[in-house]
Amino acid sequence: MTASIKTPLTNMQMRLAGYGGQGVLFAGRVIANAGLLSGKEVSWLPSYGPEMRGGTCNCSIIIQDEPIGTPLVLEPQVVVAMNKLSLERFAQAVEPGGWLFVDESTFDIADYTLRDDIKNLVYPYAQTASDNGIDDEQGNPIGSLIMVAAVWKETQFCTEEVLEEALRISIPDRKQALLEKNLRALAIGKGL
Amino acid sequence: MSEVREPKRLMKGNEAVAEAAIRAGCRTYFGYPITPQNELAAYMSKRMPQVDGVFVQAESETSAINMVYGASAAGARVLTSSSSPGVALKAEGLSYLAGADLPSVIINIQRGGPGLGTIQPSQGDYFMSTKAPGHGDFKCLVYAPATVQEMADMVGDAFEKADQYRMPALILSDGLLGQMMEPVALPPIKDPADCPQHDWAMTGTKGERAPMEINSLQLYPEELEAANTERYARYDVVKANEQAAELYQTQDAEIIVVAYGASARTAKSAVDLARDAGIKAGMVRPLLVWPYPDDSINDLIEAGKVKGFLTVEMSMGQMVEDVRLVVNGRLPIDSYNRTGGLVPDPQAILAKMNEMQAQFAEGGV
Repeated sequence: MTASIKTPLTNMQMRLAGYGGQGVLFAGRVIANAGLLSGKEVSWLPSYGPEMRGGTCNCSIIIQDEPIGTPLVLEPQVVVAMNKLSLERFAQAVEPGGWLFVDESTFDIADYTLRDDIKNLVYPYAQTASDNGIDDEQGNPIGSLIMVAAVWKETQFCTEEVLEEALRISIPDRKQALLEKNLRALAIGKGL
Repeated sequence: MSEVREPKRLMKGNEAVAEAAIRAGCRTYFGYPITPQNELAAYMSKRMPQVDGVFVQAESETSAINMVYGASAAGARVLTSSSSPGVALKAEGLSYLAGADLPSVIINIQRGGPGLGTIQPSQGDYFMSTKAPGHGDFKCLVYAPATVQEMADMVGDAFEKADQYRMPALILSDGLLGQMMEPVALPPIKDPADCPQHDWAMTGTKGERAPMEINSLQLYPEELEAANTERYARYDVVKANEQAAELYQTQDAEIIVVAYGASARTAKSAVDLARDAGIKAGMVRPLLVWPYPDDSINDLIEAGKVKGFLTVEMSMGQMVEDVRLVVNGRLPIDSYNRTGGLVPDPQAILAKMNEMQAQFAEGGV
């Protein structure tokens, strides 16, 4: 195991990936807003190309002190894979010493050999959301905010107050009813 | 600039440019859907009714640009937007706007071509925007934002300059800038009543004056030639006054990267990598690509430190032709181009600079 990247990780390149509808883009927006509220330079770049048609989606986030050149994230310190496809596609990109968060709710992680030069955090985020009634307006369990809290707990990419405020400003006014549920998701994630 | 800005908020380029257009006093928008500019039209459909503005989803791009012609002739501050194939469809209308000396702003969130191509980002419409936006002799102001903040800032400028010079202005953006979110401090809100009132606008005679005519048809050869000559004299003023470029690390630079828009972001990252590797690299980033910032490039050549130029584009190499025109054989020019929706990678640009550096060391090019 190589030395891990030091925390708090206030300069971060991150890739979040999963199926459409899992809240990956929203989770990315919360993290990007946390960067903004921390007074950092921030970029959030969604995938919108052919892969969207295949049902998967991902976003790249950069939070740093210096102005951001390319918004492409080529060597992330943090990768979140909310499904099997994302794990296969992005796990190799994690910078040595970085973090890989995997949602194992829908597949068997035992089928995969995980890298030993990064920190692997495997957890059934969606299943936990389902067990706790964290769902969207259509009743689909949303594990992404639990995951955001887990990433925060591990990497300390912002302060706790900023994280909560970032969530508040990321929810549009017409959807404020969902705030309570999302705050609960954060609390669950922090408790993991 | 001491104007008061609101706190920064996270917005997509497509949304920021739409909101900034409204804040610049635009209350008329005509469009037609196409990826990757859809959030722009969607934003307008939501916001225009809130500000007593007009949003029309036309039956085609051609229809939308002709609605722009009508609104502009009536004196309105008017906007349309599309993405590459859709902007090509607006070419006829753009020529009519230029021929009638009507101001307007047209936003192009470029995608890869030719044909239907891809919905991924591209800079393949450089020629179309700067050389031949339509038939006949005319030019458009062409803004080239590289950040979401610039998307918001440049649209207001585009409206002002379009009015000042009575010509269409293009915002040449791309799918990357349109889709990404960055913090943006939105410009102040301008009351549409404070926008320039045009004495040429067709606002109705009210029985008090003779009817006016706005037209691009001029059947008498001498009159059409006189109109073209007057228009090109105006373009000369634009070229003298409106060139703009960001110079980055150019003071002692031997290799100058020239890039605009999204590829300039990557190029800037590459310049930083090159500096870390001991290469004296810098960047010229045109903020407008018409008029082209010839003077910035000329000044650098005349200062005598530059050994060569490297253009970086998301096209097969279009802007490079304008660089060749300015450089005019005085120094070598190399290119790094990606297409198909692929975005240049800083390491690949650095590799190209290393090659150039090696060639300079050998004394040849």
